[in-house]
Parts: sequence; C-alpha cells; structure tokens
Amino acid sequence: MSADAATALAGVPRTPGAAKPDPILVADDVVRRFGGITAVDVRHIEVQRGTITALIGPNGAGKTTLFNLLTGFDRPNSGSWTFEGRSLGGVPAARVSKAGMVRTFQLTKALSRMTVMENMRLGAKDQPGESLVKALVPPLWRAREKEITAKAEELLDRFKLYEKRDDFAGSLSGGQRKLLEMARALMSDPTMVMLDEPMAGVNPALTQSLLGHIQGLRDQGTTVLFVEHDMHMVRHISDWVAVMAEGRLVAEGTPGTVMADPAVIDAYLGAHHDTDLGDDALLDESVARQLEQEAAAEAKAHEEEQR
Amino acid sequence: MDFERILTTVAGELFAPTTAAYALAAIGLNIHFGLTGLLNFGQAGFMLLGAYGFAVSTIAGFPIWAALLVAVACSTVFALVLGIPTLKLRGDYLAIVTIAAAEIVRIVGRSTALTDVTGASSGLRGDSYKETFHSLSPFGDGSSTIGPFTYSNSFSNSWWLRVVAWVVVALACLLVWRLMRSPWGRVLKGIREDEDAVRSLGKNVYAYKMQALVLGGVIGSIAGILYVLPRAVQPDSMGRPMTFWVWTILLLGGAATVFGPVLGSMLFWSVLMLIRVVGRDVIPSSVMSTAQIEQFGWIVVGVTLMLLVIFRPQGILGDKKELAINVR
Repeated sequence: MSADAATALAGVPRTPGAAKPDPILVADDVVRRFGGITAVDVRHIEVQRGTITALIGPNGAGKTTLFNLLTGFDRPNSGSWTFEGRSLGGVPAARVSKAGMVRTFQLTKALSRMTVMENMRLGAKDQPGESLVKALVPPLWRAREKEITAKAEELLDRFKLYEKRDDFAGSLSGGQRKLLEMARALMSDPTMVMLDEPMAGVNPALTQSLLGHIQGLRDQGTTVLFVEHDMHMVRHISDWVAVMAEGRLVAEGTPGTVMADPAVIDAYLGAHHDTDLGDDALLDESVARQLEQEAAAEAKAHEEEQR
Repeated sequence: MDFERILTTVAGELFAPTTAAYALAAIGLNIHFGLTGLLNFGQAGFMLLGAYGFAVSTIAGFPIWAALLVAVACSTVFALVLGIPTLKLRGDYLAIVTIAAAEIVRIVGRSTALTDVTGASSGLRGDSYKETFHSLSPFGDGSSTIGPFTYSNSFSNSWWLRVVAWVVVALACLLVWRLMRSPWGRVLKGIREDEDAVRSLGKNVYAYKMQALVLGGVIGSIAGILYVLPRAVQPDSMGRPMTFWVWTILLLGGAATVFGPVLGSMLFWSVLMLIRVVGRDVIPSSVMSTAQIEQFGWIVVGVTLMLLVIFRPQGILGDKKELAINVR
C-alpha cells in the first residue's frame, strides 16, 4: 500500500458503502436483474481517487456484472453513478471509455488477427485518420500516427512485449495477451482503469511484473479498480478492498481488516473458512501439499462411497 | 476442338464488362465482410437498386451525373434502412435482414403496380437508358478489332464500356487499398475481430459499421449500373444467385485483400466460360444438352464455393499466417 493512499483512507469507516474523502466514482442504488435473479443490488459505493481498490467476492457475486454496468456494456434496471462528477448512467461503452474509464475483460479480448502493434495503436485517442474522409488523406494523420507509434513502443517495452510487436496477437500466450490488453488500455491515458481478473491464467513469472505495473499505474495517479480471486495479490497490492456477495456490497476496508471480517469469511464459506484468506502461508509449498493431500483423501473417500 | 476459338472466348471473359461489374460488387462486399465482418447477403439488392436508380432517372430525362447520384442516394438510403435496426444486433441478424431486403427490392421492382416505372417483370430495355452513357464516348461509331477481339466502339457491350468499367474497378481498388492501410481501416479490422474490445477502447462501433455498410453498398450500386449497361434491367436476373456469385468471387480471390475480388471475378467468369465451351465441344448432345452444360457449370460453381470454404477459406490471395490463428 502506498503511503498517500493509506493516509487518505485512514479515516474512512470500515463499513460497506463508506464515504471517501475524494471519490472518483460514486454509484447509488445500482440494480440489475436477470429474470428472477438479482445479479447486482448495490446501495452505495465510492472509489477513492488514486488508489488501487479490489473488488472481491465468491463466484456469482455480481462483480463482473457491476463492472459491465459501470462501463456501459450492460444496462441496469435502475441506478445512477457519476465518474469525476459526470453522470455516466446509461452512457454507451465507447463514451465511457472516452471519458477516461477504460476496462479490460475477464476473457481476454486481444484482436487475434491484428499485430501487437496494431492492437496498441487502436487504443489511442484523437487519431484524425479514424474518420472516413480524413483517412483518405494521409498527411492529415501521419504525424499523429508517429506519436501513437512512439507511445505504443514505449508501453510495449515497459510490458516486455516489444519483441512481439510485429506478431499476430493471436500467437501470444494467455499471460502475454493479458499484458497486451492492459498496455492497450493505457494507450489513451485513462484516469481510471477497470481490470477484470488481470491475473487469471497468468503464469507466476509474469504475475510479479503485472503487480508491478498495476502499482506503477497507481503511483502515476491512475485509479485502479480490479476484480480478482487471487487473495494473495489482493492483499499485496490493494489499498482498499470491497467485498460483494449475492449482488450486494457486504464489506469494505483495508485488506487486513476485510480478510478478518466474519461477513467476508461467511461469503467465502468453504473447506478452509477458518484460515486467513490472504495468508501468505497458503502459498507455502508444505501447506499447498497438505491441502492437496486433503483434497485427494476427500476424493478417495468419495469414490469409495460411490462403490 | 478449335483451341483458338476456345481461348479467345475464355480470354474475352477476363475483361468483359460483366466481369468488371462483378469484381466491383465483390469489392463492395469486401468492405462489408472482409474489412468489417458484416454478413451482407443482399449485395444483389444494392446492385438492382443502383441499376433501377440509374435507368429510371435516365428515362425520366436526368443527365448522367444526376442519374448516378440517384443510384448512389438509393443505395445509401437502403443501407441506412437496413443498418439502423440490425447493426446493434449480432451479425447473423444482418445476414437475414439483407437477404430478405434484397428480395423485397426485386419483388417490388417486378410487381405489376410499377409497370410504368420499372417495367415490371419484363424490366427496362437497354436502349431506353444507354444513350447518355454512349454519347459520352470519345471512340465514335463502328467497331474495332484489337488482337482477336472485336467489339463495337461505343454501343452497348463496347470498348468504351470496358474502359470505363475497369477504370472504375481500379479506382475502387485504390480506395480500398488506401482505407485498409489507414487508421479507419484499422478500427474496422478491430470490429471484425471483436466489437466489444473496440468499444472498450472508445470507438463508436455502430457508426463505423454503418459507414462500412453504406460505402460497400454504394460501390455495389455502381456495380449494378455497370452490370446493366451492356444488357437490360431484368429484376429476375439480379436475385439471390447473383449475391451468392459475388460471395463466391470474393472468397475465391480472398476476402480482406485488395485484388482478391478482381482476381476472383476474372477466374470465376473465365472458368465458367471454359466449362461451357469445352463442354459443348466434348460432351455429345446425347449425354448432355447445351442447356444442361450451362446448368453443369453452375453446379461446379456451387461445389467450388463449398470446397473453398472448407479447404481454403482465405482464398487465393489470402494471408496464410492470418488463417493459422484459430479464431473462436
């Protein structure tokens, strides 16, 4: 956690829907129903500017649905929210992105049959050549294209994808695609990035550098909101954690307080609900082996029962 | 077998006005499908509208430039009407709507209620609307022979029409080449790959798809004009089969390439002609009549389309590297 973010969030009460000193995103009464199921029912949530906020919760808690709503990829049944004071309820996805809130996807959306470089260029803003008429007159957009390319090269270098610049995005590994998607989102200098499970499918070697990138973003003043299942990552990099369960916001607080919160443990109720979810010990070899053995024993017992 | 005659007939198809018209229609479809991923199954509708727009307004006394504008306006309106309700939906819906809309254009065109305007099912005679185009010809009357090919200078299936048609095709290729390598073309390509990703990057996907639909449709309507200039406007000859031939041509040459549609059209028509001419010479009429050989040619077209899609979906000029990446 960065010192700035810590001081800013120090006085914030550890209750769901707590008011923040300088919120960049404020949402009220956001409800989304699919048939009879209420996927999202969030009374009030605020995201502090310049921090890394994690959105966690068990499968089906409505995290991705809330993401889709906030970024204009889905429409709520009711609710309103503002981003930097501007109301964004009902605004289409492209305009949300232009307003400075750029998202990535849980299932990576690298544009497979385009090169890595083309992917990056597509992320840029204010390219006059993207208008049909101006596209016909290259002098009108060549200069901007050069700036975009330079910026893309710098970002690719930072994300260790520079050597892949002329390869098709479809030829990258899953982890590299995640990196590419994040780098592409940064092409437009967003004020807030929304990362939907940035670590899913990323190999451990890349995890560390991804974590570094996300923290680097925050240190440059970008607000980060991310959905993640990896508690280790949540504990390590987030300044604030919001917990969802069954569509509602059930807890908020710093990583330490949230993971000791009984409501959160209830939400995650499983075989090991009595262990600290963000405990680094979980990553320890011996513990992992023990868990494996337990799982194997359970499976065996189950098999015998079947017989 | 008379090889010289066969070769001449087949080679004549390579630069026939019909070949150019189909190449142009396929270039329009390439903007839809190859660049943007829009499934337009109604290209013949755009062509027929262009033909009607041009012919009807010329008969009404419009000068050629105004008649051209009418054709372009018709196809623009048609594209907007098709696009507004469907482009927000998934691609399959556009396919269904376009194939139906093209049929509506044809059926309305041949309805007896419009006999005074469109000539109903018998269509519009070529002589009634060709004059403005002929009078622009600098080649004068009579006919000329270049090599083994003899055509009239200016009238109907003429040298003049061939020159104009291929210049138009060349300009369309230039346009597509320019657009494909521009940021605008990049956005379209992104939309072809994944709409939501492009949306998340702040591009108005709907507007881009609409631009592509209109642009490809307008090119299709000009192709329709080229198609009817050496013949008559016959609504029933511009129905669903025409759309599928245009698709075959595009897939044969290679979607998302600049010269694919041109190469595809040349191959399509010359091979079809080869089958017919050779078939007539080789196959005794007791086995297959001339009419049956004609049908046999189309069967070959259908089988070719199937084989193409299965074994070489990128077409002749397509990029193998692109294909190596399994999409979806």
